[in-house]
Amino acid sequence: MIVTAALLMGVTLIAASLLRPKKPSKTKLDTYECGMETVGDTWVQFRSQYYIFALVFVLFDVEAVLLFPFAVAFNSVPLFAVLETAVFVLLLLAGLLYAWRKGVLKWE
Amino acid sequence: MNFLTDLLSLIGDFISNIIHSIFSFSPSIADAIVMGLAAIILCTFAALSFMALTYAERKIVARIQDRVGPNQAGPLGLLQPLADGIKMFTKEDTTPAAADRWVYNLAPLIIAVFALTTYAVLPFAPNVVGTNLNVGVFYVIAIGSGSIIAILMAGWGSNNKYALLGAFRTVSQLVGYEVPMLLNVLPIIMISGSLSLIDIINRQTLANGNAGLPNLLYFPLSAVVFLISGIAETARSPFDLLEAESEIVAGFHVEYSGMKFALFFLGEYVNALAVAFMFCVLFLGGYAGPILPPYIWLLLKAAVVFTIFMWLRGTLPRIRVDQMHDMNWKFFVPVSIIHLLISMVLLKVFTDTPSQLEATGGILVSSGTRMLILFVASALTLLVALGIAARRARMNRLAEEEVLAKRRMENMAAAGA
Repeated sequence: MIVTAALLMGVTLIAASLLRPKKPSKTKLDTYECGMETVGDTWVQFRSQYYIFALVFVLFDVEAVLLFPFAVAFNSVPLFAVLETAVFVLLLLAGLLYAWRKGVLKWE
Repeated sequence: MNFLTDLLSLIGDFISNIIHSIFSFSPSIADAIVMGLAAIILCTFAALSFMALTYAERKIVARIQDRVGPNQAGPLGLLQPLADGIKMFTKEDTTPAAADRWVYNLAPLIIAVFALTTYAVLPFAPNVVGTNLNVGVFYVIAIGSGSIIAILMAGWGSNNKYALLGAFRTVSQLVGYEVPMLLNVLPIIMISGSLSLIDIINRQTLANGNAGLPNLLYFPLSAVVFLISGIAETARSPFDLLEAESEIVAGFHVEYSGMKFALFFLGEYVNALAVAFMFCVLFLGGYAGPILPPYIWLLLKAAVVFTIFMWLRGTLPRIRVDQMHDMNWKFFVPVSIIHLLISMVLLKVFTDTPSQLEATGGILVSSGTRMLILFVASALTLLVALGIAARRARMNRLAEEEVLAKRRMENMAAAGA
């Protein structure tokens, strides 16, 4: 499916490249900055807040991935296992609440 | 009424046999060729529905906003998607000179490809599915996250500060809203006992193919949160702060034009339609329904869900980026986790007897009382969470107004004295 989709989209791009005009000019080749000349380096420093959100996402993603097999085998599993998994999830929820109270999840 | 679905299976077998006997390829190559044909059909379906959806969206959002929408290109503007297509093909591709060649050119291709690949596991009828993976749900969510890397590629390769910042914010939104999606698919999997989409639909249908109890009635909180996270995942309104023309001038795809931009656009709509289909399959019962053929039911349900998307786009104002993150990490994730815990415990307490479970192979029987209990628990959790959030918002607003009023009085006293 990936191969077919890639082929189809590749053919579309190639067809478009054959059909369109090619008239590059200096202004068109410049980088866009609302009509002005660009100021400073393009590779800006990025805020650490993005890193924190990505970190919290990785934590919850791994938790969800570990919960998937539990969910699939849920019906053949005794109540005790459910309580164990509940403890696991509660630990992670406590982590989220800690991060929240520390003010880390604030503000883009 | 199912002759079309049987016809498709027959055609598939027929072509496979012909290829095998005439060209004497091995059966596996013949099957691979048939699967390639099926993939082409799915891609074409996605592309055609993309065209129809752009037209429908513009018309519906226009009517909500008390205007008419496209009505020039053909009767009632029906040829508008065609005109848009011609425009996209023939626009010049203004590549910035300092762009990173490979990364810049590959990004739209990867977005479009990953968006289209999610259709490979969608079941359109009991036997009509690209490939019935038994990790269907996992596959869809994982492939959906594949477009996120392409967005970073687009922002980075454009060699443009604003594209880069827009790409960062987009990725932080998309990646953040993966978590409620994953956590809310879990109750559905618990009750269905399998990740395969066809198994999930089978649990929501009665024996004669009519619609049984849809999972929406079991877990309304999951449905609502999944829907909203899905809208945020595809960066549609009201979460489209990343490509808002008035704010960050088209965000990460500012340096793209022509066909590459069209591929971004296609990726967004195809992703949105995939989310609508997933919602129908997971929560509304997929292709189950009384009289009409199954694929018509699936398309009808997906159309209703997509109309809800368009309705939200036309009605709600855009969300600010910090509001969006607050809502995700401080409301959706804790509420989803608490709902997951409650439904886990309730499902185990009100489960079937071991003999019943053995008979169905580990899948819970669709039972009215269980549905009622889970529905009440889920709806209660949702209402309580909304109440708590509303009260906190009101208290925050009152506190802010108090501070502002105090400051105003101090200013007046200082100005007077």
